[in-house]
Amino acid sequence: MEKYAIYVPRLVKKEENFAPGHRACIGCGEALAIRQAFKALDNNVIVVNATGCAEIFSSQLPLTSWQLPWIHTLFENTAAVASGIEAAYKAMRRKGAQLPENTKVVAIGGDGGTSDIGLQALSGALERGHDFTYICFDNEAYMNTGVQRSSSTPFGASTTTSPAGKNSIGQFSWKKNMPAIAAAHNIPYVATATHGYPFDLMAKVAKAVATKGPAYVHILSVCPTGWRSPTDTINRQSRLAVQTGVFPLFEVENGVYKMSVDMPVLRPVTDYLKGQGRFRHLTEDTIALIQQRVELEYRKILENVKHGSKAAKTQG
Amino acid sequence: MTIKTGIEVSIALADAVKMCNPDVVAAYPITPQTHIVEHLAELVANGELDAEYVPVESEHSAMSACLGSAAAGARTFTATASQGLALMNEVVYVAAPMRLPIIMAVANRALSAPLSIWADHSDMMSVRDTGWIQIVVENGQQALDNTIIAFRVGEDQRVLLPVMVHLDGFNLTHVIEPIIFPTQEEVDKYLPKNRFPLPLNPDRPVAMGDFGPPAIFMETKWAQQVNLVNSKKVILQAWDEFDKAFGRKYMPVEKYHSDGAKVLLMTMGSSGETASVAIDEMRAAGLDVGQIRLRLWRPFPFEELREAVKDADVLIVIDRAMSFGGPAGPVASEVKSALYNQAKKPKVVSYIISLGGRDTTIDGYKDIVKKGMEIAAKGSRNEFEIYGVRE
Ligand SMILES: Cc1ncc(C[n+]2csc(CCOP(=O)(O)OP(=O)(O)O)c2C)c(N)n1
Ligand code: SF4
Repeated sequence: MEKYAIYVPRLVKKEENFAPGHRACIGCGEALAIRQAFKALDNNVIVVNATGCAEIFSSQLPLTSWQLPWIHTLFENTAAVASGIEAAYKAMRRKGAQLPENTKVVAIGGDGGTSDIGLQALSGALERGHDFTYICFDNEAYMNTGVQRSSSTPFGASTTTSPAGKNSIGQFSWKKNMPAIAAAHNIPYVATATHGYPFDLMAKVAKAVATKGPAYVHILSVCPTGWRSPTDTINRQSRLAVQTGVFPLFEVENGVYKMSVDMPVLRPVTDYLKGQGRFRHLTEDTIALIQQRVELEYRKILENVKHGSKAAKTQG
Repeated sequence: MTIKTGIEVSIALADAVKMCNPDVVAAYPITPQTHIVEHLAELVANGELDAEYVPVESEHSAMSACLGSAAAGARTFTATASQGLALMNEVVYVAAPMRLPIIMAVANRALSAPLSIWADHSDMMSVRDTGWIQIVVENGQQALDNTIIAFRVGEDQRVLLPVMVHLDGFNLTHVIEPIIFPTQEEVDKYLPKNRFPLPLNPDRPVAMGDFGPPAIFMETKWAQQVNLVNSKKVILQAWDEFDKAFGRKYMPVEKYHSDGAKVLLMTMGSSGETASVAIDEMRAAGLDVGQIRLRLWRPFPFEELREAVKDADVLIVIDRAMSFGGPAGPVASEVKSALYNQAKKPKVVSYIISLGGRDTTIDGYKDIVKKGMEIAAKGSRNEFEIYGVRE
């Protein structure tokens, strides 16, 4: 641990593309994840930001937290705006315009802007094969408008539009599997990450951006405000999500799944759920249901990994 | 050397876009806009146009991709109509305050329901307040000319605004007309290269489309108003220079036998040509009628309108859209408010005609003028008249 503290800062470059000085809540995991993601990149990046917490806390006129060229237009069209920028660079470069080398387009959005309202534009952009990276900062609800459910909110979580009550257990549906949806577009790179594993996150973002063609990175970003959890536990929550199997870390490269942080034994989901007020109302039965589902989904990914390595072997 | 060809107006418009050498065309098909974007796709596919054609999955994304493209500094074109424009609406609003010079042809078509693919101006009216420059054309030649002009105006450093060129669906898009084509050299001379001043570029980072708190928002909106109103000077100059280069003159309010006429018919769009024939016949029969055609819808040409109608007693304004439960047709409403505070002004009669592609004939326009004069003399209990409807 001592060595870690000495060497880690040396491994990470000093410049911040996402500068200090923004308006996020105390302990915001999304702000942390964004900082990590953009620290992994050089400054040859154009950022397209969907409406949501990240845009609001980083761009209030006349200030900005961005050291990179940055554009926000709307909530649901981020992938389409990125498509336009990528196409523009391609055409202008072909026609001989003097443009900086190797410029990359990175689109970012929350889980709402990604898995709900922006899904069509994202699917279109992935399908058309634009050379860009899309990063979803998944805090598992519409946080910017005050913690309403999204299709990425986990089963049983209480939000303001899926409140727990006499006739409601909170969120009634299982979390939409965005990484699988992205991977189903047969794009070259898909990965999951979270700020509690910063090097893994940074390596994946760097890899995504270096990929030719569309890449998708899904980053679990703890929101203490919406999750009703203490502000000093965000990295602990983030790691527990991985250790319990709730949010497995993996990569899908050209269709081949690879586990990034393998958990030989998963911790029980209660370890994760109990630290968060949004799950406070859950009964043991519901928790058992969640446990079952988490194990099932985790096994599916392991199966995919197994198939992937077999396929890779036969090809080799 | 200029060439005069019989050609479908949509194809001519697409060819005009080609001559302007856009970098990006992002579009989604909708009748009656399809021939424009199909032809552009074909030109790109054949290597006749060096541009990225982005076949997006919706109009919302078409306009969004255009935002990105224009922000990156690329010359950008799209086209749509009706429901497509309605789906785009949210994004259309973003382009003007962000000062992104996107050029869009709108093949005007009615809005559902009931479903209609034919022309009227309901779609145009739904984007009236989006802050775009809006030019309305009457025939194929004007469509071609004003497409070229739109790039020059929108990209002008004093303007930097998106521009819509409105042409009536089918009545214009699908007809074959004799159209004079300029040469590529002439277009290149008229249209300078696009030099967007603050493009998204890692060498010189800018932040665009930030979050505007109340302390700043009103100032940005006022700036938008000043900017759009000021664009008129540049539009007039671009039209003037177009006249010098190509010998065809455009004006915000175009007059047809209107000087001194006591009764004026005001049109906007393709109906103007049929109306002109009616005016010819009425004048031949000794009636003191003239016509004015509104070419520039935004920024609205207040001075030119007031000047054009100052001697008239009656002004019959033709609209091809409804403002349900409202005062008059949208154009007539604006004309009325433009004239209300004038000391001397004609009586304004509002006529809604030709919704969803219904034809109004030459005799129809004559009828409208006759009835309009009666209404001006005797008054009417209606806020506006609707022509040719079976009740
Ligand atoms: C068309 C449209 N609908 C609704 C909104 C309001 N809105 C802004 S941000 C937001 C939620 C954002 O949630 P998410 O994408 O998950 O990002 P987060 O704020 O949680 O980071 C909503 C509903 C909007 N801006 N535009
Ligand atoms: S609401 Fe959540 S995601 Fe948004 S700024 Fe606050 S902590 Fe961050």
